[in-house]
Amino acid sequence: MTATPPPAVADMAGAPTAALAVRAEGRARGPQLSPRAAFLLRRIGRLLVSLVVVVVASFFLVHLVPGDPVRAALGIQASPELVAATRTELGLDKPIPVQFLDYVTNLLRGDFGDSIRTGRPVAETIGQRFPATVTLGVLSFLVALLAAVPIGIGAAVALQRPGRKLADSLISGTLGMLIAVPGFLLAVGLIALFAVQLRWLPAAGWGSPQDAVLPILALALGPLAYLARIVQVEMSGVLGATYMTTARAKRLPGRLVYLRHALPNIITASLTVSGLLLSGMIAGTVLIETIFAIPGMGGVMVPAVGAKDYPIVQGLVIVYALIILGVNLIVDLILVTVDPRSSITEG
Amino acid sequence: MTWRSRLLSPSGIAAAVGVLLFLFVAIAGGSIFLAAAETSNVPARLLPPSLEHPFGTDDLGRDIFARVLVAARVSLLLTLGATAVSTVGGIAYGLIAVILPRHVRRLATGLLDILLAFPWLLMVLFFTVIWGASATSAMFAIGISGIPFMARLVYNLASSVSGRDYVRAARVVGVGPFGILVRHILPNIANPLFVNAAATASVTLLSFAGLSFLGLGVQAPEYDWGRLLQDGITRIYVNPLAAIGPGIAVVLAGLVFTFVSEALADTRGGGRGAVARRALGAVSPTRRARGAVASRAGAAPGEPIAEIADLRVAFATADGGEVERVRGVSVRIQPGEVVGIVGESGSGKSLTAMALAGLLGPDARIDTSTHRFDGIDMTRPLTAADRSTLGVELGMVFQDPLTSLNPALTIGRQLTEVPEVHLKMSRGAARAHATAALEAVGIADAARRLGQYPHQFSGGMRQRAMIGQALTGRPKLIIADEPTTALDVTVQRQVMGVLRRAQRDTGAAIVFISHDIALVSAFCDRVLVMKDGIVVEELDAERIREDATHPYSRALLACLPDMTSDRTRPLPVIPPEVAASALAEEVGV
Repeated sequence: MTATPPPAVADMAGAPTAALAVRAEGRARGPQLSPRAAFLLRRIGRLLVSLVVVVVASFFLVHLVPGDPVRAALGIQASPELVAATRTELGLDKPIPVQFLDYVTNLLRGDFGDSIRTGRPVAETIGQRFPATVTLGVLSFLVALLAAVPIGIGAAVALQRPGRKLADSLISGTLGMLIAVPGFLLAVGLIALFAVQLRWLPAAGWGSPQDAVLPILALALGPLAYLARIVQVEMSGVLGATYMTTARAKRLPGRLVYLRHALPNIITASLTVSGLLLSGMIAGTVLIETIFAIPGMGGVMVPAVGAKDYPIVQGLVIVYALIILGVNLIVDLILVTVDPRSSITEG
Repeated sequence: MTWRSRLLSPSGIAAAVGVLLFLFVAIAGGSIFLAAAETSNVPARLLPPSLEHPFGTDDLGRDIFARVLVAARVSLLLTLGATAVSTVGGIAYGLIAVILPRHVRRLATGLLDILLAFPWLLMVLFFTVIWGASATSAMFAIGISGIPFMARLVYNLASSVSGRDYVRAARVVGVGPFGILVRHILPNIANPLFVNAAATASVTLLSFAGLSFLGLGVQAPEYDWGRLLQDGITRIYVNPLAAIGPGIAVVLAGLVFTFVSEALADTRGGGRGAVARRALGAVSPTRRARGAVASRAGAAPGEPIAEIADLRVAFATADGGEVERVRGVSVRIQPGEVVGIVGESGSGKSLTAMALAGLLGPDARIDTSTHRFDGIDMTRPLTAADRSTLGVELGMVFQDPLTSLNPALTIGRQLTEVPEVHLKMSRGAARAHATAALEAVGIADAARRLGQYPHQFSGGMRQRAMIGQALTGRPKLIIADEPTTALDVTVQRQVMGVLRRAQRDTGAAIVFISHDIALVSAFCDRVLVMKDGIVVEELDAERIREDATHPYSRALLACLPDMTSDRTRPLPVIPPEVAASALAEEVGV
């Protein structure tokens, strides 16, 4: 009996199946020895290295400023006595290794130093500002996530029937536009429409639920569109996969076909993208907080950058970095729990 | 794609028009509108939009529209400057990383991965505090923050190119590392770099607007779009257009950069189109197109278990026409019978099987006079009871078990579904049932294996699990579509044995589809030979060599060597006139 090489599958599921086979094969390989643990270890290792990079970078922030950083911060009018006093306060008169050691020990005790301009402890300022930023970021992310997944899946399911060209270009056009317009410009448009023209919602402020609507929309719409697009593309691929035909051949009810058989297969890509989007949204809060006068960390970050208030910037850089690294770690942990395949162990 | 056809594509035209427009505004706008933009006219301060002042005037009576046009030069120059910093820095970092020794290289790419985890804006703010808030320092801050992304791209592209033969050949003849980079690698990765540089420019422009908007970029009295936006938003209740105007300019310019990037890309647009096409061609779980006549209902003894008559399957083509892939096929399967369908790719054998199972997607136009399975009229909408019957009695085995088992679900989850959903078994009972099914297909340690995922199974085991899945119901018909094609020869024999035993144990009929006429005639009772969407011959499997009369069947058989074959002569091939039409159909998919 001779074994002929398999001919190209000419049925309707051919192309996506082949593409999937390649991907799935890539997944099947990889280390056999407890890949999840190895993956997690690698990721935690990378996180620690990232932390070191962040701490070192924030420490050298002051030393990278050309000329005299204290003079640059205080301005030309400041008296030499004040400059000298500030230098001593910042510890800049000590040798650099000693400075670094002090910096790290203080960090470990939660002491970020005092603001040059106000003299208040940076940790206290961050403590006051942290909740608003995190609330804004997390709520926006939840809005984006909860809307994008059904929109993406719905678009993929609706567009798989032939003759939906118009609907397809309408959906991808809208999503593409939302992806292209950055959050702070969207914010301007939203304020002009909903606050100025229609007077439905306040243009700025923080405290009541109405205050949060426009900032959340401005921050969430772009990532929402991006994620919806990813979900749609992934879902289209999954719907054409042979295992979906298998699920249909079992005549399972629609809810099982989509929720049990399709959803887990788009979760890896969607989660990975979500993690990146959340990091981007944390940074995006800086602009959104400034526009909507929200008392978050961005509201102190921007003036501090302008005024070269190093301790504040150093502290905020570390806090923002911690949030982002934390998000990445959480995403990795979820991936390891949710995704049974070893695909992620490659990264 | 040629330059000409690229320029004539929609994004090419949009890119060309946009670039010309912004070039004109950037070069000439400064002189034409300078007076209106920068001369204070206090009596005309804070005017609302009018024909004379499309965006109104600012607090010194300067025309905001003119200011937006004049700001184009600064905005675009700074964008291009920052993009140049990102691109040059990224190329340098990426290329140098490629030629570094292995350990240093891993360090360099590891650092890139760490930097890539941090959003651009945070890095920009970090550099801004070092160099101060000014236009030039903002340009460098944004440019440098863009380096990691560009460097990663260059590194990936360059390391894929550096493994190719012509680069190896250059290395062998003694070209130094820098010669290889400049003469062999860089030219080969230039195109994607241009594409990405244009895309980066779009992001850079938006970042710059954001930074100036925060007051950390361009400083007064200079102004760019971000600065104008900042001025405008403080007065948004007085005159919304003062803020929206510069915003529109930013979005338009960003779009132009995106269009340039799209037009430069060979594959980007094609990739998106391909995704859309893939989505359109995908199989759907729901209703099918129907053009059928209802026939009598109710099962009777002696009736075929499955029957389809005058089956035609057509697909819409891109140009609005239709191509008929199955052209009038009738198949009757008796209980317990093993029927083979043989033919080459594109002969319509798989489509016939999928139609028989009622699993063709919504893009297929199906036409039958009769289509029944165990007393169910498949041409009508199925009731819940019908669906349960089909789920329990009709098993499917596909070509590639790696793709036909769901990679995200355990084998146990997939094998307990039919018992749980259709046979209403409890979880434990379903699990015991699935264990028995796995044991029946010869998988040892079945209970533990149920907890594993398909990727933890070998190829042959996956296909056996797939057959086991069919056995979790009470199969009356198993449709096996090239079940052994993706497997190697020894595993093929095991799988065929498992299928044979499953047939004996359950008494199920089997429809076995293959291009391998030897395999089919050894396994089946009856063989249908298909070509170009019709059944050209129906043969008794035991007498296939004697009875085959159709030239195509004879050609298929002639390709098989047997004990009497003359091994000094090459094996015969199917003559081109027989194969050509099938090939044409396959290409047309």
